[in-house]
Parts: sequence; C-alpha cells; structure tokens
Amino acid sequence: MSAQSSIYRWFPSLGVLVLGVGTLWAATDGFRALTEESARRLQVAESRPQVPSLLLEDMNGRILGLTHGAFADKAGEERQITLVEFIYTSCPTICQTAGSDYAQLRDRLKQSGLGDRVRLLSVSFDPEQDGPEELRGYAEAHGADGVLWNIARVGVQDLELMKRSFGLRVIPDVWGGYEHNAAMHLIDPSGRFSAVFDIDDVEGAYRALEERL
Amino acid sequence: MTRTLFAVLSAVLFSGCVVFRGELEADPVTHMLLQLPALALAGVLLLLATDLRFVKLPAYFANAITLVAVFAVFFWMLPRYIDASLINPFVEFAKFLTLPTLVGASLALAWRQAHPFLRGFLKANAISMLGVLGFLYIHAPLRICNSYLVSDQQRLGYGFLIAAIAVSLAWTFPLFFPSPSETGASQSKTNKVTV
Repeated sequence: MSAQSSIYRWFPSLGVLVLGVGTLWAATDGFRALTEESARRLQVAESRPQVPSLLLEDMNGRILGLTHGAFADKAGEERQITLVEFIYTSCPTICQTAGSDYAQLRDRLKQSGLGDRVRLLSVSFDPEQDGPEELRGYAEAHGADGVLWNIARVGVQDLELMKRSFGLRVIPDVWGGYEHNAAMHLIDPSGRFSAVFDIDDVEGAYRALEERL
Repeated sequence: MTRTLFAVLSAVLFSGCVVFRGELEADPVTHMLLQLPALALAGVLLLLATDLRFVKLPAYFANAITLVAVFAVFFWMLPRYIDASLINPFVEFAKFLTLPTLVGASLALAWRQAHPFLRGFLKANAISMLGVLGFLYIHAPLRICNSYLVSDQQRLGYGFLIAAIAVSLAWTFPLFFPSPSETGASQSKTNKVTV
C-alpha cells in the first residue's frame, strides 16, 4: 500500500465532516442561534421588519396605534420610540415580574429626562379576558400612568397578525393561563421592529433607547 | 421471511409516527424520546429488509457513513428545528425523511463495519451528551423550545437522564458477561485452571 492511497482513505470522512459542520453552521446562522428565540432575535436585529400599524385599545378605552405613525393622541406624536411587551393580566408569574421591570425602566427614563420621548406599552394578547377594567387593574398594580406607560389590548381580529409579526408564541399552561416568550420589543421611529431584550434586561433596553434618541 | 417481518415492522413504525404525530408531538418527552428514535428505528428495519444489509464496506467508508448519522442526530438535537418542525410543514417533512434514512439506515449499513475506536468514541459521547442535555433541560430557567412549557422541558430533562443511564447500562453490562466467541481459547484455559 502506498502512502498516497492511505491519504485517500481520509477523504470520505473529511468530506462528511466538512459538509456536516457546514450544514450545522448554516442552520444555526453561524452557531449563533440554536433556539427559535435566539433565531427570532437575530432575525429582528438583522432585517428590522416593518411592524404592521395595528390599532390597540388602551385601558381608558382610547384607540392608539402600535407603531408611532398611527398614534392617535397629541402627546404621543412626540414619542418616537415604542417599547412593547406582551402580557395577559391574569398572569400570576412572569407578567408581574415584567411589570416591575417596566416600572424600573420607567423610573430610569424619568430620571434621565427621556421620559417624554419614549412610549412603554404593555399589550395584552388575551383580548377576550382583558377588557379596559382588567387593563386598568394591571396599570394600578404597577403604576402605569397611561402616558409614558400605557396598557392596551389588541383586537381579536388582529391577534394572529400581531403574534406573527413579533414571533410571539403563546401556549396554554396547565393552570388555565399561558406561557409565552416574555421580552421587550423595540419599535424604532421608522416603525421597524429592531431589537429584542430579555424581560429583566432593563439596563440593555435603557441603553438601546438612549442610543436611538 | 424475517425480511418481510422487518419491512412490515418498519412500515408500521413509520406510519405510526406519521399518523400519531399530533399526539406524539404534543409532549416534548414523546416527541424527542419516542417519535425521533422510532423514526430512526424504522430506517434501521427498512435497511435490514433489503440486500444492503450484506454490503461489505471498507472501514474508512463505513466511518464516513456513520458520521453522516452523527451530524443528522446533531441537527435534530437543535431546539430550533424541533420548534420549526411543529409549525413548518417543510421542516416536518424533512424530519420524517432524514431520520429514517440519514440516521437509521446509515447506522444499520455502516455501524458494525466502522472502526471500533470510532464506535467507542461515539458511544461515550452519546452518553455524556444525553447527560448534559438532561441537566440543561432540568435547570434551564427559560424555555429552550418556544412550543413547550418549562415544566414539560424539565420532564424531558429527566427523560434524557434516564436515557443516559439506560444507554450506559445497556452498553457496559454485556462487557461483564462476554459471550464465548469473544473470549477466545485463552479464556477457556484459565477457566479450567481456576476450576
């Protein structure tokens, strides 16, 4: 056996190795996104999809736009950036944590004077259960003033579109509630969905807002 | 005769995975630990039902085909594609296609002919991977798959741990009870001495 032929023996395995690693690399965006959630965040950061200008109903029964452009009230016109989180008010766990994280963010924004240029939205994906009264209850529990921080619900007819646009996955849990990907979603002044933050990443969200203003 | 049996079993297993995919995929434990292995097993049985089972491969080629199965397993270990298979029909189709062929049939064709070192290495890694996945899924505070609840994810973690233990027992236990053909003549001599 010559040395040459023994080298050729490595070719099939090497070929599979290269193809295999290449496939995994491509399938995970360069080993950056192994889960659907990280893939969603990467895709948002890179392609910045346009958010549909859905109308929401807030806790006082007023209609407002999900994106900045469709904003109804005068005060809102000046608020360029929207940070959206998705909740349902009967949620006993993560939405309550999310509420207190949002409260922290609100305090920081107020302190630094950015409080009149940002809009914090908590949007319920459970419009059947969450009427204005339930939304007001959530607002009172967390100190949402309806200006800087508003609580709203999406219309039943727009629910699927909203879930699709944000890659929101809501699944019923065993206690009659839901599990969902809790995160803060940044909509920039051009109405594009451009960043996602973990629900407790107050610092990261604040810095991103500061950067964009 | 056995061939027909293998073919029928393969078809039954595969169609069972397809027909009951809703039920199997509703729970991550049955999805990952029942449906996926069953699909691979259907591929093994399918290959055993054909003449390919007698194909003699050079070891280096058998190694390469074994690696194909390894990468296919890696791919279907990615939570991202488990999620995707639930909402994207193309990914679901790819799952039903590649697990029997790339994993099951590849292993049935090449595993016994692959280099013993490669087999040992893969066995050891399979056990540790199942163990690591088990701990990860039990302790991850977040959902690794968006389609499943955290509590289901924890059950899956315990499932992985049990699988790790079961596989390591299954692979090590026979080593303590070698068959006569493996022990050879010298072993039988020493037996006589001790007796």
